[in-house]
Order: sequence, then structure tokens, then C-alpha cells
Amino acid sequence: MSATATASHPGSTAIASVAVIGNPNTGKTTLFNALTGLNQHVGNYPGVTVERKVGSTQLDADTRIDLIDLPGTYSLAARSPDEMIAVDVLLGQQEGAPKIDAVLAIADASNPERNFYLISQLCELNMPVVVALNMMDVAEGKGIQIDVANLSAALGTRVVAICANKGKGIPELRAALKDALNEKKAPSGTLPVFPGAMTAEVDLLASELRTQFASLKRDVNRLEAMRILVDKGGYAEKRLATLLGENFHDDLDEHRQRASKIPLPAEEVRVRYAWVKTVLADALKRPAQPPPTRSDAIDRVLTHWFSGTLIFTLLMVLVFQSIFQWASPLMDLISKGFDSLGNYIGAHMAAGPLQSLICDGVIHGVGGVLVFMPQICILFAFIAILEDCGYMSRAAFLMDRLLSHAGLSGKSFIPMLSSFACAVPGIMATRTIENTRDRLTTILIAPLMSCSARLPVYTIMIAAFIPEKEYLGGWISLRGLTLFAMYGVGIFVAVPVAWILKKTLLKGETPPFLIELPSYKVPDWRTVMLRVFDRGKAFVYRAGTIILAVSVVVWALSYFPHNGDIGTKFDAQREALDKNTALKDDEKKAQADEIEAAESGEYLRDSYFGRMGRSVEGVFKPLGWDWRISMAAMASFPAREVVVATLGTIFNLGKDQDEESDTLRGALQNATWDNSDRKLFNVPVALSLMVFFALCSQCAATLATIKRETNTWRWPIFSFTYMTALAYFGAMLVYQLTMAMGWGAQ
Amino acid sequence: MPTLDTLKSGQRATVKTVNGVGTALNQRLMEMGVFEGAEVEVVRFAPMGDPMELRLHGYNLSVRKADAAYVQVEVLA
Repeated sequence: MSATATASHPGSTAIASVAVIGNPNTGKTTLFNALTGLNQHVGNYPGVTVERKVGSTQLDADTRIDLIDLPGTYSLAARSPDEMIAVDVLLGQQEGAPKIDAVLAIADASNPERNFYLISQLCELNMPVVVALNMMDVAEGKGIQIDVANLSAALGTRVVAICANKGKGIPELRAALKDALNEKKAPSGTLPVFPGAMTAEVDLLASELRTQFASLKRDVNRLEAMRILVDKGGYAEKRLATLLGENFHDDLDEHRQRASKIPLPAEEVRVRYAWVKTVLADALKRPAQPPPTRSDAIDRVLTHWFSGTLIFTLLMVLVFQSIFQWASPLMDLISKGFDSLGNYIGAHMAAGPLQSLICDGVIHGVGGVLVFMPQICILFAFIAILEDCGYMSRAAFLMDRLLSHAGLSGKSFIPMLSSFACAVPGIMATRTIENTRDRLTTILIAPLMSCSARLPVYTIMIAAFIPEKEYLGGWISLRGLTLFAMYGVGIFVAVPVAWILKKTLLKGETPPFLIELPSYKVPDWRTVMLRVFDRGKAFVYRAGTIILAVSVVVWALSYFPHNGDIGTKFDAQREALDKNTALKDDEKKAQADEIEAAESGEYLRDSYFGRMGRSVEGVFKPLGWDWRISMAAMASFPAREVVVATLGTIFNLGKDQDEESDTLRGALQNATWDNSDRKLFNVPVALSLMVFFALCSQCAATLATIKRETNTWRWPIFSFTYMTALAYFGAMLVYQLTMAMGWGAQ
Repeated sequence: MPTLDTLKSGQRATVKTVNGVGTALNQRLMEMGVFEGAEVEVVRFAPMGDPMELRLHGYNLSVRKADAAYVQVEVLA
């Protein structure tokens, strides 16, 4: 991708770049989609988690422009690197973004006052601004009337009334953009008038910084100087302090004292809201008594303490059920499809490393990527609908209290819940959390929720080793209780982990949890479909490649060195079997299968993974594991459920073992330590293995998704390290405790 | 002077002072419209008692009670 990300179109180049900006919940995404359609692509700005979304649109037959979508924001007063992106893009100083020629500001017509606060800042950028006044229909429902011509005159720039979800006003908006780009004129209306002292200090600071920056070959725009001056403790100030040293703060405080007697943020807000009032004075008519809206009526039910909680719970059951249950048939179909493809190719290729690479490495790996698609698509369809209709912020409102105990906000609820089905869509769902620290914390604890891939591990261990006991007249069973405990372990550990993360690595000023509860509206199907499509594509392309690479590496570790002597030994057995005429065909077949399984087992034990298992046996002894269990746990790095199949192979049962398999259960129950008849597994070992898998991070897809979502390797590495440590010590604690309690007795 | 978090649902008030000068909370609250002279109405509290929903400038805003405690208000009849 080139640095100036141009959404290319054959035969035409974009003549201008327009930044699209607005408050959250103004229908910005819907407008962006309406303008660009599928001509958009998504990347990341370097060093931050903010998405870089660029699209292109045709204003008329021969005018093509690029649209740069900026994150939804209420103000340009940036408090984090992520929020600074919008400012830097607008000022043309953001790496990876083109220089901006004009601003397309989208505002919610049903809530003009607050929306125009941001517009007051945009009008000061000294470049053309086109205002798209969205949701005129909602405004009318609230009895709000806006005289567009009057507003346009007051602002001195183009204002277009639109209904982005119905496509209304879009042609007029294109025409206005074209005119604005031709005219290249900043808004000619009155700008907010700040007190003389404040304006003077902004100018003085800007010129001082320009001199200081001359050596750095960087310009300091007046708007940036204003942000540095006004936003005490804001990101613009912090960034400058890292360049100029701490003494810079003393100078700055002097500027601030001279600028205003009252605190500068209060002064700015006062002036801007006064400006908004003037601009809207003749254009806006609000009824003295706002009419009851349908949105209010819906809210009385949806945020009611009883009906609201009930509906929320039912909705979440539905979401969870759909990704946990309804996605399964599709997922099974995908895995079976890839299995048959692998078998088909395997049968038509000469045996050897290449065949094994293609069948067990590549096809298995691609299948391992695509198997997540049903869950991702279903979850994102839900999220896109809930978000677009306005329910998502109500969900955050309802659940905020619960998550605030872990130092998070209500916005983390859906990602966390989804993670019980699968952490991959759960982590992707954290995009709805604007606060970077909350988002990172959620990403880091989401994989602790017991996902569906842990179930096979729990199932086989519980079925094989947890006695069938019932209490309270059959209402509670020991096995059910154990399963429940395994789900509990993750939640139990996640709370202190989140708390510690927020106190240490991710500490810092937490932006206040102020969220708008927007009016409900019918979701826009195009926005929903594009969202699902976009997420699915992003997962396959970005995370998929990593998952595939890991699958191939793990395949290689469990295939090589593939000592030929083993093959020769088993070939001899096969020959002997062939020559044995005493056996019936089906007996022969059964014995051939056994030989095959024993051969796979021996190859695996001799593989690099097998050798690693033996060499680290001492490390896992305190957990009660022998080298075979250790090896199976390590080989399950691509995905937890792989451990079941690996155990099957190690115990000479052939590859196709699943958690329901009686033979595997028997083999595990009868397994003994090497050169001993002491049973390998007992209740403490089973518990230790389960706890390990509840807490570990053996899932390449999750780690790849974390990499993709955080745009750095730091967090997946951190995640893997801390979860593995937790898993190891958790498993050790459980093993040692239960052994001491005498649960190890057979 | 009472603070915003002590109001009951249905009560209306005028904002007098936003405390916590120099913090993000102070600036964000004001940018969202909670500044001196603004009129706010408490719409409801979330089922677990926190956060609270306000209506101001014709839109609805959710604020945690701990944050609303920074806002001093004058209750309107």
C-alpha cells in the first residue's frame, strides 16, 4: 500500500483529498459508504490502533476525489495519540495520509448545538468546509426546523441537507463538494471571537514554536498552537514536551496565565457555544416543549430496570447462542470440507514431505482460518445492526456498572461475551471501544474467557477422569460442576488481571465515560453488509496469513526429522501382515490401521516436538504431566482443540480422535508413566490440564488477531507470555493442592 | 450547592460550576454541553443505579455518577 493511500480506479486519478469528520452517531459511516460504495480500503496509521479508511468517489464524469474517513469525535481537543490523528490529518502532518484539500463535516440535524461545536473548530482550519446536515427526518420528528439557506449564509459555506441512509441529498452533496473544491475558499462567516489576550497568546505561542521548530523542519499551525495552549495535559502538549523538554511547561504556563483569567478550556467552550448560538439563531427553530418522540417511548422500555434488563439478557442469549450454536453447522461444514479436500489430495499424491505439507500443513491451515468466518460474520452482523440502530450505547449504559468493577466500561460487555464463543470475533468487536486503554485491556483479557475450543479439552478430561457423582437429588452433578468451574476460572482471573493492567501498563488519565444515547433508527442494510464484509476480509487477509504460517511451522516441527528407519520398521510389519493368509480381510484391515496408527505415533514421538516434549519434561513435572502431555500441550499452539487429536496420535490411536471417542478415553485412562505401571492420569492431572487450557494462550488465531487489531507484535507477545505464565502456575497450584488433598488416589 | 449526581430522575437543574479544572473530565463535560448556564434534566438511572442519563441541548447523554459529582447545579422547581 502506498503512503498516500489512493483508492485507485482504472483510468482516473483523484484530484483532491477530502477529510470526512463528525461527532459519533451522526451517520458518518453510512454517508461514507453512500459516497464510496465498495471503493474503499482500510489500513492502519503507523503506531496507533486507529483505522485508516480511505475511499474514492466520483463527483461528476471527470472529477474523482479521495475521501479520508476520520474517527468520530466531539472536539479537536485530543487527549490521546488516537484522537490526535484527526487533528494531524486535518493539518496535513499525519504520516500515511495525503494533504487535505477540504473538509466534509457531517452533523446530526436533530442535535445541532453540540454538533456545531466541532464545526466551529473546523471552520478555523482555513480550508473549504462543506456541512452535511444528516438525519433531517429525525430532526423533524423532534419538531426541529432548520433553515438550510439561512444557516449556509451564517456560516459562509455550503450546507446540504441529507438523509444518508435513504440516499437523499447525496447528488447535491457531490455538487457542493465539487464547487467547494473549485472555489478553494474557507468559510466566510464570522468565526468564534476569543478574548484579545487569548488570541494574542495563541499567535505568540505559534510564532515561538515556529522558530523553535525551524531546525526540525516542521510547521506549527495556529490551530495546533491553540490546542497546545488550551488543552492542559492534552496530547498536543505532551507530544511537544517530548520534543522540547520539560522546561517547556513553565513557558506554557506563563502563556496560559496571560491568556485568560478563567481556565482556558472553560473560556473556549463559552466562546464556541456562544458562536453556535449566533450561527443557529435565525436558522434553528425548536418547539418550546419538545414533542414526545418514538425514541423516548422505546427507551422507556429498553432502559427500564426490569424490561430493559430482561430484553438485554434475551438479546445477549440470542447473540451468544448464534455464535456458539448456529455457527457450528457452518463451521463443521468448512472443517469437513477441508478435511475431505486434504484426504482427496492426500490420496492422489505420492506420500512424502510435500504431500504431508500440503494436506496437514497448508490445507489444514487454510481450513483453520476459514473456520472462523461464520462466527465473525454472524457476530458482526449483530454488532453492526445493534450499533446502527442505536442500541449499542444503551447496552453500554445498562452494563457499565458491572464492568466498572474491573476498571472497564459498559462498552466491553459485548466483546467479552462474544469471547465465550471465540476470542477472535470478540477481540475484533473491541473496535466499538473508543478509549484505547479500555480497548487494549479488553483485548488482553478477552482470551481468558472459556471459548468453544476449550470445550473438547474439558469434555474429554471430565468424561475420562471426573467421577459421575450427583448431589441435591440429581440437580447438580460433579461433572457439570467441574465444567462450570472451568468457565469460572477465566472470569475469576480476568477481573484482577484487568484491574492490574489498568493500574500498571495501561495506566493514565482515563477519559470520562460520557456517551451519547442517540435516537433510535432503522439500521441501514448497506452499512451492516459492508461492515460484515469488511471484518471478514480483514480477518482473512491480515490474521489469516499469520495463522497459515504458524500452521506450517507447527506441521514442520511435528513432521521432521521423519526418520526413515521408522518407516522401514513399519513397512516390514505391513509386509508381514500382507503375507499372512490366515486373517480375514476385515481383520487385516483392522491390523493395518493399527500399524498405521502406531507408525504415526512413533513418528510424532520422534519429531522435533516429541524431542522438545522430552527435554522439557522436568519443567512440566510440577503440573503432574509427562513428556507426552507436555508435547501435546505445546503442539496445540495453533489451536487448543488440537491437543485432543495430538493425544490420540501419541497414544497410537491414529489422528482422527475427537472428544467423544471412547477409545481415546480408554487410552488416557490406561496410560502409564514410561517404564512404570503408575497411571499417568488421575483427577489432579486432569484438573491441572484443564486449568492450563482454561488460562493458556494456545491459539495462533487469537494472537494473530491481537497483532492485527493492535498493529504491533508487542501485545500478542505480552498476551502469550502472561497467559502462559498464569496457565503454568495456575495448573501447578491446582495439581499440587489437589494432590495434597489426596485426590490423586485412584 | 447540590451536585448533579444527587438529583432524582425527572428533576431539572441549571449548571453552575464544573469542577476538576485542568482534567480531561472537566473539558469533555463542557464540550459535551455541560457548562455554566446549561439546563439539564435527569432522565433516568441505569438498572444498577449507575450511570445516569441526562437530557441537555435536546440530546441524551450518559454520565457516571462519580463524574456527575464534579458538576454543581442549581435545582429548578
